[in-house]
Amino acid sequence: MISENSPIILSVTELTANVDGTQILKGMNLEIKAGEVHAIMGPNGSGKSTFSKVLAGHPAYEVTGGKVSFLGQNLLELEPEERARSGVFLAFQYPLEIPGVSNLDFLRVAYNSRQKHQELEELDAFDFDDLVQQKLDVVKMDAAFLNRSVNEGFSGGEKKRNEILQMALLEPKLGILDETDSGLDIDALKIVADGVNQLSNTNNAMLLITHYQRLLNYVIPDYVHVMANGRIIRSGTKDLALELEERGYDWLLDEAAAGVV
Amino acid sequence: MTASVTSLVNQPYKYGFVTDIESDTIPAGLSEDVIRLISKKKNEPEFMLEFRLKAYRQWLKMEEPNWAEVGYPQIDYQNIVYYSAPKQQKKLDSLSDVDPTLLETFEKLGIPLSEQKRLSNVAVDAIFDSVSVATTFREKLFEVGVIFCSISEAMREYPELIQKYLGSVVPVGDNFFAALNAAVFTDGSFVYIPKGVTCPMELSTYFRINNGDSGQFERTLIVAEEGSSVSYLEGCTAPMFDTNQLHAAVVELVALDHAEIKYSTVQNWYAGDANGKGGIYNFVTKRGLCQGVNSKISWTQVETGSAITWKYPSCVLVGDNSIGEFYSVALTNNMQQADTGTKMIHVGKNTRSTIISKGISAGKSENSYRGLVKIGPKAEGARNYSQCDSMLIGDTAGANTFPYIQVQNNTARVEHEASTSKIGEDQLFFFRQRGISAEDAISMMISGFCKDVFSQLPMEFAVEADRLLALKLEGSVG
Repeated sequence: MISENSPIILSVTELTANVDGTQILKGMNLEIKAGEVHAIMGPNGSGKSTFSKVLAGHPAYEVTGGKVSFLGQNLLELEPEERARSGVFLAFQYPLEIPGVSNLDFLRVAYNSRQKHQELEELDAFDFDDLVQQKLDVVKMDAAFLNRSVNEGFSGGEKKRNEILQMALLEPKLGILDETDSGLDIDALKIVADGVNQLSNTNNAMLLITHYQRLLNYVIPDYVHVMANGRIIRSGTKDLALELEERGYDWLLDEAAAGVV
Repeated sequence: MTASVTSLVNQPYKYGFVTDIESDTIPAGLSEDVIRLISKKKNEPEFMLEFRLKAYRQWLKMEEPNWAEVGYPQIDYQNIVYYSAPKQQKKLDSLSDVDPTLLETFEKLGIPLSEQKRLSNVAVDAIFDSVSVATTFREKLFEVGVIFCSISEAMREYPELIQKYLGSVVPVGDNFFAALNAAVFTDGSFVYIPKGVTCPMELSTYFRINNGDSGQFERTLIVAEEGSSVSYLEGCTAPMFDTNQLHAAVVELVALDHAEIKYSTVQNWYAGDANGKGGIYNFVTKRGLCQGVNSKISWTQVETGSAITWKYPSCVLVGDNSIGEFYSVALTNNMQQADTGTKMIHVGKNTRSTIISKGISAGKSENSYRGLVKIGPKAEGARNYSQCDSMLIGDTAGANTFPYIQVQNNTARVEHEASTSKIGEDQLFFFRQRGISAEDAISMMISGFCKDVFSQLPMEFAVEADRLLALKLEGSVG
């Protein structure tokens, strides 16, 4: 599936970023090509979630240096909504509840703003309804969820499935899943993983951010990176994830501190 | 609050222009002589002068209320102009006699009065400063017996109705601002729906303050006879001045057996600038009396303007099985202050009331819901449901809820629900990450928040209200 000639989707070079004046990212480097699935692992506080939010353009995170190129354009110049419309999708660790806004309306407005940006046809309520019905199968969601307010009263698993449904509709070039596996029981985890696998193809890329190896039993990554203290300290294949599962993070952190890596 | 949220909620007020028109204005100040002068200028029957003087004498003994969650400098009541009217021919036979400047003004406000352009199914009474300048569709309404005219005309033409009902729901000494209004009110609308008649069109009054020194004191009276029904809507705007103008109105509704009155307000008085300079003080008393059995009064208000709003549209449910409703959206931004809510007074058996209040606060504004539900000793089986929701935009605005519940009959059922939600950086980021602009995000969240109230507005105005709120909160993304 992956070839040397696949186009580069994301290229991150020496990226540094602050939150509230504290430096969290301290020189991130990462390249992701079309068709690839990457996983970033690491202990709490290593900067994994910050990295995902910086890529999506959260206004609370201040980029202080480095470059991020997405499909050849400077991602850091774009507003969050422009990044989204160009194909960056972030599945949130804690999806918010939006009372009063129906899930269906939310999905349609999101879908149409991307269509408009890409100069594609916007769908009316009826055509959109047909489309969304097909996408519901990806995450095995009941149509009743569409008429409820966005995430309001949803269980943790339902919220995460709703995130994957949004990803299925928006068909991003880069899907970033920020700890999507956290708080999921095994059945919900399988449904979410299955959704990600269905959406993954040779034209897009997935970046899984996770604390545990568990998700990686169901979504097999091509590359695994370990983050600590705002940088990637080791990269490898799926085997690295298994090794971390067995040995924990400390040995890697010790090696990094000793300058072995 | 982040820069992006701040800039989103700053939208210029587009009704802030002043019409240059020659006015008949009396000097500022209040005394019995001023009241006599107003009464004389309006050519009122003698009982009206007595009504006014009685109110004035009570007002002199009253103190301005200070229990609301609003603050403002002392008002100098001797510094207000109590009568200001655009100069025009004394009696108008048709709209073509109305000063074209006035017609233009209302046109600019989106209220076309001329025969060709008027809204097809809405009759409008247009009030400019102290007086009514035009009322459309009067003849057509009169054919079915509906009286819709300015209250000044009603005093002259239907004195018996005015004498019977004026002050019957809000007595002259009811409260400080109501007493002031009773003493000096200059115009307003009068509606009378005869027995068994369903008013064939929406009735509407549009209030425009133009003079920077004048107060506006209008008084509206709606009487729905047995088995009749009417839907009435008022709208309000004012120019931008650095000074504050006082608006102290009184609205009285009377519903007899099986009658139904629906009263909707879209209030967009000038709110003052971002630093709180200027704007209208909107101190209003509105009360409906469900006098008859099975009668119903429904208040719907969308309050977006005014520097300060002090307003509690209420229902007194005297008739058995009568119904009172209050649906409210109050939006405050910048330095605006609103203390608004309702009173539902259950007197009769099996009376029911519903309160749905939605407060939206942005900027450094303060938005309070204050409501009283009172179940009297004879109100067997009375029921109330209240829902008070607050939404905060950013993190420098304030929201309060003050529900007062008094139950004197143990067969009554009273339910109260409240919630607080927020539009902050994270909510906006969620929408933006899905490709939805911050403006659209706010608009979607606000529409969703308000839909239970907007669905109560007459169709033509529901869209307008939605647009108005979006406009108030729209701007460039920083």
